[in-house]
Amino acid sequence: MADIAARGPVAIAGGRSSLHKLMQRKSTIAFLMALPLILLILTLVAYPAGYAVYLAMLNKGMTKFVGFGNFDFLFGRETFWMVVYQSCLFAITAVIFKAIIGFVVAHFVHNIPSKGQRKWRGMLLVPWVIPPAMSTLAWLWLFDPSYSAFNWILAGFGIDRIPWTGETGWARFSVILVNVWIGAPFFMIMYLAALKSVPEQLYEAASIDGATWWQRIWYVTLPMMRNIIAITALFSLIVTFANFDIVRVLTKGDPLNTTHVFATWAFRVGIESGDIPLGASVSLFMVPILAVAATFILRDITKRGSEV
Amino acid sequence: MANATIASPTATTISGRRYGSVSRDRRWALRWSYFFLVLFAIFFLTPPVYMFITSLKTSAEISAESNPWWVYSPTLANYIELLTQNTYLTFFRNSAIVAVLTVIITMAISVIAAFALARMKFWGSATLATGVFLTYLVPETLLFIPLFKMFAWFNETFDIQLMNHWWTLIILYPTLTVPFCTWIMIGYFASIPKELDEAALIDGATWIQTLTKIFIPVALPGIIAATIFCFTVAWAQFLYPLAFTTSTTELVLPVGIVTTLIKGDVFNWGQIMTGALLGAAPPLIIYAFLMDYYIAGLTAGATKG
Repeated sequence: MADIAARGPVAIAGGRSSLHKLMQRKSTIAFLMALPLILLILTLVAYPAGYAVYLAMLNKGMTKFVGFGNFDFLFGRETFWMVVYQSCLFAITAVIFKAIIGFVVAHFVHNIPSKGQRKWRGMLLVPWVIPPAMSTLAWLWLFDPSYSAFNWILAGFGIDRIPWTGETGWARFSVILVNVWIGAPFFMIMYLAALKSVPEQLYEAASIDGATWWQRIWYVTLPMMRNIIAITALFSLIVTFANFDIVRVLTKGDPLNTTHVFATWAFRVGIESGDIPLGASVSLFMVPILAVAATFILRDITKRGSEV
Repeated sequence: MANATIASPTATTISGRRYGSVSRDRRWALRWSYFFLVLFAIFFLTPPVYMFITSLKTSAEISAESNPWWVYSPTLANYIELLTQNTYLTFFRNSAIVAVLTVIITMAISVIAAFALARMKFWGSATLATGVFLTYLVPETLLFIPLFKMFAWFNETFDIQLMNHWWTLIILYPTLTVPFCTWIMIGYFASIPKELDEAALIDGATWIQTLTKIFIPVALPGIIAATIFCFTVAWAQFLYPLAFTTSTTELVLPVGIVTTLIKGDVFNWGQIMTGALLGAAPPLIIYAFLMDYYIAGLTAGATKG
């Protein structure tokens, strides 16, 4: 397009220098149009990200440079290793269950006549639409130690009350459950879109060859959806690993800091206890896994970009 | 739902006559699909429904030993109390202003920048597009501590207090919304046939005219999707207001409900659920009316490139 846009005026003006000027003007305008975006990214994302690294190397009063002192301190603390363990457990388990539930539900929605699909899809996406802080409040109330509505149902089956947020194991289960509840609909939508793009002939060919439903999923659906499955899982891994709202509202890291993830612990240490450098160092531990996921996503996107 | 289950048997009996045994498999697959869909719908809809049930109860009924899943004496007292209470209305107003201004700022920045990046290529524009995408992947949980410190420094240096004002959030929220909106707008703009803007340029239109007269109208579905996304993010954001605002007059809804309605150990669950449900209403209403755009925005994030 650039050459045609440039060629038009050339025919009229008929000089190399005016063409050059036009090109220059066009790129200048373009740069000016993108300038607010560039400034925003530089001052409010890139600079703070670099500043976090610097902050992490100061002492608590932010008066002295301590190098890796904060990291040394963290490595020696048991709570820190618990946060590492819980963050990984939380993110990996939640993403796996979100992916499985999303895949299964997407199949069921895809199976029913297309007239009803819109309604079901609309209903099943509701958890994703409600602001997480508010839906987590509903879960907090469903998990209430004395009035839990789940425990009331379980009592009907003669099962003892469950300490949903009171005991380490159950509290970890609860935060993951809420995360899966919020995130699974997103996977469902992505997989449903991918399922619709698989050509019907492939399934017809497979069933003529006598493939069972399981073989159809394994040899037709999954290979066709591999890209979407990977990219959705990586996106979700980033978001889940950096999650804050759910843990903050549901358990605040209790009991005994066992449900803290990096984000909530960084908030506790950095903002609530006022040790900004230590909080910054905690949050920096999210970077490696984010970087790995981002690299894979980016590779996939540039690869597809060059295919098109 | 009721409609769908009624419609399906007739559909299968018609196809049953035509295809014989294959359709019997289909019919069973269909039944199982509905069965599991109902189960999943129950799982997905229980919390919002329970919010609604609780919001209709009095405190006495909430602490009673009766069935928590049923309302014996429904009352609107919680709604009336919240909606006549100044603090809750302040939260709502703050949320609304912040969300609307965030949407306006974000769309202004990202539509213009996306046009420049998609069509007007300049030195480093390809790198910048990748940078925008990377920025989208940087979570706010990584940035809130340095931003907190930067704002404190800003106060010391220029004597302008950015902390504890609702309008501070309008500075912060674009960091979450602009990268994504720019990214999906680049995708939408790139899918517009080049002949359209070539024709406009040949007819003597300026770049700005090409953007406003051709790109914005043609990419309107994308703009609506981006706007919805932007509003939802601004409305739901929890970490930034929690870290940057503390006074009751400056809080937005999610933080306001969590910090003011939960007072110590006294949980007024009827009001908390009412507040949360009313707070979830704007995104839900938008979703109910513009579901297709909402879903287009969701899938565009990862599929457009």
